[in-house]
Amino acid sequence: MTSPSPRALAWRRRGSAFAAGWRQFASQRAGLIGLGLLVLIVLLAILAPVLTDREGLDVTKATGGRMEPPSGEFLLGTDRPGRSVLLLTLWGARMSLTVGFVSTLLSIAIGTIIGILAAHYGRWVSAALMRVTDFFLVLPSLVLAIALSTVLERGVGTIILAIGLTSWPQAARLVRAQVLTIEARPYIERSKALGGGHLHVNTKHVLPAVLPLVFVNTTLAVGSAIVAESTLSFLGLGDPDPTRPSWGTMLRSAWLDSAVIAGAWWYLLPPGIAIGIVVLAFTMCGRALESVLNPRLREG
Amino acid sequence: MSDILTPTEDALAEAPPPTRGGGAVRYVLMKVGGGLISLALVVVLGFLLFRVLPGDVIQTMFRGRPATPEAMAELRTQLGLDKPLFQQFLDYVWRLLHGDLGESYVYRVPVLQKIGERLWPTLLLVGVATTIAVALGLWLGTRSAWQRGSRFDRVSTGVALALWSTPTFWLGMLLLGATSGLFPTAGLVNSDTPPDFFSQAVDIAHHMVLPTITLVAVIYAQYQLVMRSSLLEEMGADYLTTARAKGLRDDLVRRRHAVPNALLPTVTLVFLHLGFVIAGAVTVETVFSWPGLGLLTYDALRIRDLPLLQGTFVVLAGAVIFMNVLADLLYRVLDPRVRAS
Repeated sequence: MTSPSPRALAWRRRGSAFAAGWRQFASQRAGLIGLGLLVLIVLLAILAPVLTDREGLDVTKATGGRMEPPSGEFLLGTDRPGRSVLLLTLWGARMSLTVGFVSTLLSIAIGTIIGILAAHYGRWVSAALMRVTDFFLVLPSLVLAIALSTVLERGVGTIILAIGLTSWPQAARLVRAQVLTIEARPYIERSKALGGGHLHVNTKHVLPAVLPLVFVNTTLAVGSAIVAESTLSFLGLGDPDPTRPSWGTMLRSAWLDSAVIAGAWWYLLPPGIAIGIVVLAFTMCGRALESVLNPRLREG
Repeated sequence: MSDILTPTEDALAEAPPPTRGGGAVRYVLMKVGGGLISLALVVVLGFLLFRVLPGDVIQTMFRGRPATPEAMAELRTQLGLDKPLFQQFLDYVWRLLHGDLGESYVYRVPVLQKIGERLWPTLLLVGVATTIAVALGLWLGTRSAWQRGSRFDRVSTGVALALWSTPTFWLGMLLLGATSGLFPTAGLVNSDTPPDFFSQAVDIAHHMVLPTITLVAVIYAQYQLVMRSSLLEEMGADYLTTARAKGLRDDLVRRRHAVPNALLPTVTLVFLHLGFVIAGAVTVETVFSWPGLGLLTYDALRIRDLPLLQGTFVVLAGAVIFMNVLADLLYRVLDPRVRAS
């Protein structure tokens, strides 16, 4: 019988590391609750077209009355044109989660690349990149995002771009710090001694080693991106199409329609609570993941 | 939106800049120099954002309004957009150095004058809210770290996390709805308030209650969380055991020994996260029609007044950078370890 190939060994090792990580994660109630909530919400968002009829989002075909309180037919009441708030919240999840995920991916990608470059290359590249990173770190990013979304075409793409381009510095700093510790290890030296170039060392050795950290950071950042989306949409920079609602644009129309003064709590509460739950779920997941990776954070 | 990002304890590890060698002068020069570079970047970014990005500035400003070609051409000349880009940049920097941020397209007054009018309400709101939030955050953070795992710790940390997860403007709208009639819903003062100082002050305070509560609720959480984790790191330190062995009472150990050491990272964070506070101010001012820079930003974006938006961007970003340089300098005074090295 031949001994298993190095590749198979590596995968077996990764498998057991993953299993150990999962056991650690599963031992934390908050993390599990967060994960459960997220799975449920993502499933609901994906299944929205199956569970409900898209027609209900069309303002011209709305069947309800104007800002009707909750009833048997409309469990969460209706908005001003008479659409079901429950339906809007469900469909809003699709938009808010999409913007949250995509913009986070964009920001994490930028942050990871800049972080690795800053740590890998010499003093000048590093100094210049970190200067720029620090600059973006303290910059009031909402104001920058507002400026970006104003000069670009209004819509989802712009919001994703605005959030992604303004939220990467923290990821960059984290990744840089991590890469610095990894590059000091002997296996990187060995790889270089065997003739590994910059690209080889970075993609084969450095990147896989920082990926877990990047993953945790992503989990924590999605929540913030969702809040950022709601803020930009609330300020009127979101998708103007009423049949593609997000939680942020819902809150904007609630505000414009004076839902507060009219006492239409059913219009105001669902999108806000939805944002709160999703962000909290991501935060709980992220903190649990963080403690899997960083034993110092474990309680007791 | 890095500031809206995680209430990071990670930022902390990076926050105190380790300085080795060189004296006080060098430290100050480095920090001030860094600040100046950042300011220059803000100026360049302000230009790039509004002049170079795809999308015609003139069309952006006329979006949704009927415009004759003549009117557009006139505006183009008026804003100097018919010149070469580099010339435009030089003009822009030259005027900026003379304190000229251009003229607001809608208000028809110099942008700087408009910003000057709106500066004080924002300073008042942000100043009061930050002070309360820092005090509240430090107190709650200290208490929950000292009684780690207690009910107080669990509840207050949970509440802080939940409030931190909520969008600022939504919280503001909820407060408006919940207290309907108790507090004014918009503005700085009522127009019929007598002009003497006392009545004005009372009326402004009355108008400030809801915006301040909203802003505090959103920003205190990160101070609390950071203070908590920072104090937790100090908890196991030997000098605390020594202090107890000397026979100091528990709250004296906490007040004299643990808290001052744990305070340092939090102080840096107060400044590092000013951008986050500004973001909060923009939405809070929008919800409560508080006539400050945040509302001005919102108005500028709503009516697509690009010179005004550019002005608020440059001023807000510049202010935050200025405060951060100040924080770095303050840090040196506060932390003997930075000074000694």
